[in-house]
Amino acid sequence: MQRILNNPDNIVDEMLQGFVKNHGDIVKTTSHPRVIAAAEAPTEGKVGVVTGGGSGHKPAFIGYVGKNMCDAAAVGEICSSPTAAAFLDAFRAADGGRGVACLYGNYSGDNMNVKMAVRMAKKEGLTVKTVVANDDVASAPKDQREKRRGVAGEILMWKCGGAKAAKGGSLDEVIAAAQKAIDNTRSVGIGLTPCTLPAVGHPNFEIKDGTMEVGIGHHGEPGIEVCPLETADKMAARMVDIVLPDYPFEAGDDVVVLVSGLGATPVMELYVLYNEIEKLVTGKGIHIYKSYVGNYFTSLEMMGATLTVMKLDDELKELIDMDCNTMGLKQF
Amino acid sequence: MVVKNADGRPILLAMVKAIHENKQYLGDIDGLIGDGDHGMNMNKGFMTYGDRLGENETSFTDGLMDLGMVLLNEIGGSMGPIYGTIFMEMSDAAEDAEDITLELFGKMLDAGLEGLYGIVDARPGHKTLVDTLYPSVQCIKEAAAAGKDYAAALDEMKECAEKGKESTKDMVAVYGRASRLGERSRGVLDAGATSCCIILQAMADGMKQVLK
Repeated sequence: MQRILNNPDNIVDEMLQGFVKNHGDIVKTTSHPRVIAAAEAPTEGKVGVVTGGGSGHKPAFIGYVGKNMCDAAAVGEICSSPTAAAFLDAFRAADGGRGVACLYGNYSGDNMNVKMAVRMAKKEGLTVKTVVANDDVASAPKDQREKRRGVAGEILMWKCGGAKAAKGGSLDEVIAAAQKAIDNTRSVGIGLTPCTLPAVGHPNFEIKDGTMEVGIGHHGEPGIEVCPLETADKMAARMVDIVLPDYPFEAGDDVVVLVSGLGATPVMELYVLYNEIEKLVTGKGIHIYKSYVGNYFTSLEMMGATLTVMKLDDELKELIDMDCNTMGLKQF
Repeated sequence: MVVKNADGRPILLAMVKAIHENKQYLGDIDGLIGDGDHGMNMNKGFMTYGDRLGENETSFTDGLMDLGMVLLNEIGGSMGPIYGTIFMEMSDAAEDAEDITLELFGKMLDAGLEGLYGIVDARPGHKTLVDTLYPSVQCIKEAAAAGKDYAAALDEMKECAEKGKESTKDMVAVYGRASRLGERSRGVLDAGATSCCIILQAMADGMKQVLK
């Protein structure tokens, strides 16, 4: 295992310390060692926006804490939900007196811990409402959307929910904007190599050389199909053919396209992939209003990429366009 | 025959040791249809508790409460709230009794199962730790009602847990990460059912050690 480590059991804490040292202008530590807050949080009179999840997905989740996105994030072990206590402390750190929106991904551990934290927050008079991201098309059929995982679409949910809160929206308005953002979003991933949890020391699933796994999850959850490795144009076609019909996105739609690497794929290859995706999407008469290409939501050192598409209306355009300053996303 | 509540240390240590020894095994099973971190996270929680216990004595019920708190407040994931709830509910149900009779042990297990049902929708047949826990609870309750020998009842519970765990092999997952796989989850043991079996068997062995 060729990795930069001290004791693998301390990797999350050491990563957080380094992160805050480097991004002290954007984020700060809190009384809870596993909660990172925006430098200016809590903002009096603003709805607090909170997220959280397991570690190993940098820039997610703490990389989207900052101006006009999330006010605080709860941090879990690698690929494992934060504790209920961490979510509760993140709610407290984000609370500016108008309630808190907890925007997170659909995983059983996160669901349980958020549920317990929301219950505890209620006892101390803090209102928390939630939106659960479920943009991963490959993780369940369309008629079981409630079972789908949340993946890179979460970034667009945080962007829209965070912007709505920054514009002075009420808790219900922030929740509605975030819910609309994720309801309008679909994603799929293709994995080329597995990833290794540092404390485990070896990959816990296999992607054979020369093959790729379509629909793979952010934690190596098996996908819908394993097939021989294809060229970028064919890979793009596969992703587009899964994502577009599911919503469905149609000619005349304005969309955001987000292509994220899974961690170890060179960024230049992401541009090769985006070049093909752009041709296919535009070829269907769909207008790409805004695009993002880079390592936005990763899975340790997995190779591969995810495609995320979100349909825009006037409100979502305004929210997507708003400036923000986080480690993972900066817009001016 | 009875287990003195004050004699909790060997029971808790047996549980910690069993999880520690099976860290790799649990991780490997989880890796087949989950993300492979089950052994690591369980081990971290149980070892954290074990380190804090150090050389101190503990009652069985205090030990369960302390272990549950560590899992719930410091480990997270799915297993933090799940095992945290089970152990804390078991502890509460005993109300600091001096003697853990077989009947009381049945009540404790039942409270753990009910607590779990309060936070998860999984029930028997869904390929989760419920498939290990449910038959084990029933086994002790029935043994207590029938006035069976304590040690024999604990041995029976170990067998029930084992059978329950094994039964998950032929099931298709309905909840948790493995549920996304549908039919592909068949043929593999559920990691939670496996750790639950390890814990219950270690608990039974520890209790047999202090049975007077």
